[in-house]
Amino acid sequence: MEDKAIRVVDLHKSFGAQKVLDGINLEIEKGEITVIIGKSGGGKSVLLKHLIGLIKPDSGEIWIDGVDITKLKEKELNEIRMRFGMLFQEAALFDSMNVFDNVAFPLREHTGKSEHEIEKIVQEKLNEVGLFDFAGKRPAELSGGMKKRVGLARALILDPEIILFDEPTSALDPIISLTILDLIKETQTHLKRTYVVISHDILGMFRIADKVALLANGTIAEYGTPREVRQSRKEVTMEFLNATKVPGFSGGES
Amino acid sequence: MVRGLISPAGRFVRESGRIVLMLAESIYWAVKRPFKPDYIFQQMEFIGVNSTIIVIITGMFTGMVLALQSYYGFRKFGAEGLVGATVALSMTRELGPVLTGLMVTGRAGSAMAAQLGTMRVTEQIDALTVMALSPIKYLVTPRIIAGFLMLPVLTVVSDFIGIVGGYVVGVKLLGINEGAFIDKMIKYVELNDIYNGLVKSAVFGIILSSVACYKGFYARGGAEGVGRATTEAVVVSSVTILISDYVLTSLMF
Repeated sequence: MEDKAIRVVDLHKSFGAQKVLDGINLEIEKGEITVIIGKSGGGKSVLLKHLIGLIKPDSGEIWIDGVDITKLKEKELNEIRMRFGMLFQEAALFDSMNVFDNVAFPLREHTGKSEHEIEKIVQEKLNEVGLFDFAGKRPAELSGGMKKRVGLARALILDPEIILFDEPTSALDPIISLTILDLIKETQTHLKRTYVVISHDILGMFRIADKVALLANGTIAEYGTPREVRQSRKEVTMEFLNATKVPGFSGGES
Repeated sequence: MVRGLISPAGRFVRESGRIVLMLAESIYWAVKRPFKPDYIFQQMEFIGVNSTIIVIITGMFTGMVLALQSYYGFRKFGAEGLVGATVALSMTRELGPVLTGLMVTGRAGSAMAAQLGTMRVTEQIDALTVMALSPIKYLVTPRIIAGFLMLPVLTVVSDFIGIVGGYVVGVKLLGINEGAFIDKMIKYVELNDIYNGLVKSAVFGIILSSVACYKGFYARGGAEGVGRATTEAVVVSSVTILISDYVLTSLMF
């Protein structure tokens, strides 16, 4: 039995001549929020998509519960995927369905529950994310923040062990960002699941993270608790953290 | 020079191969439980029912202009009575299936590529994969089945309306003898003509839906990519329909 939720070993990935991941080693703890920060276009999304088998690596291993998922066939991979939930950057709601059907979709496809039970579970989840009154709306009628909340409800609906978040606060204003972050933190405290979040929003991420990993130049340049990372004297880490300091403010100390 | 020719040729072979692979995969999912009849019916409505009006209009005017053109030709040697047979043969063997294929490509094929392309660039296809569901089964299989089933139905409509159009122009407007018009038509048109036309249309249905799905499914690069996928879907499936029309016709008739 592995004590880590996910173990990434020497992961390499290039697109054409461009090396995106150049030997990633990372261990993600069970039941914690691990945040991977890094520059935009630095390969964070690519790394996240590897964790759920959307992208195959050039070399390296990804271990989940004693299984190297990079060696799995699509069918076996799907069994692993059943233990994951994912919130996409633009929420990726199905725009042919309303909010209720979007959240109910995984339940309808993967469980034998009756419509009555499904309705109860979905309403409960929508309540949790504060969108109870929006069940009949189409995704196109929702704001960016609302879409993300629906996406979160959908990601959590099958009660997965690991939930992946692709830039949960991108394209949101600071206030809505905070409500999304609080919602992420709240659900994690409540459910005790493993959360993996990627983001370039450093200030927001220090608010929710149990562990922080800094992805730079295709490798994990820094890893530790938010406090450890903040106190790091490594040049690459300091450069990245300094970039977020606003003159006159204390630079994200909370 | 040679290199300039080889690379597009290589791309053509590679793309054709990938389209065939996608078609094979969608057939695999079509016979694998659980079946998804709702998704198929939805697409049948979209490809079939919603294309009816445009197929009626094109079929009608094609039949009418065929009657008009052949009348001027046949009148030169007093064979106006053959107009009915000419219209019916042209419609059932050739123009019904091909025009229906092209019109549905323009209307439904473009929309399919745009829908799937948008789903790709907004990560909705990835979302299905992450949910451990096959995007091919949910998105591609229903569209290909619907194309395969609905094109023959639309072609029957087009054949019939085209012949009606030919009748109106030939008999009512140009004054061809009604008895001769219908008599010759029945005499010269065989069941095989209609049947082979329908087989062709079913093939066109598979071609247009699999090309459109392929182009949309593998779209990349945001709105621009979706636009490009849509254009390519229409161009590639129209050209493929016309080429395969010649091949099928030479094999069947």
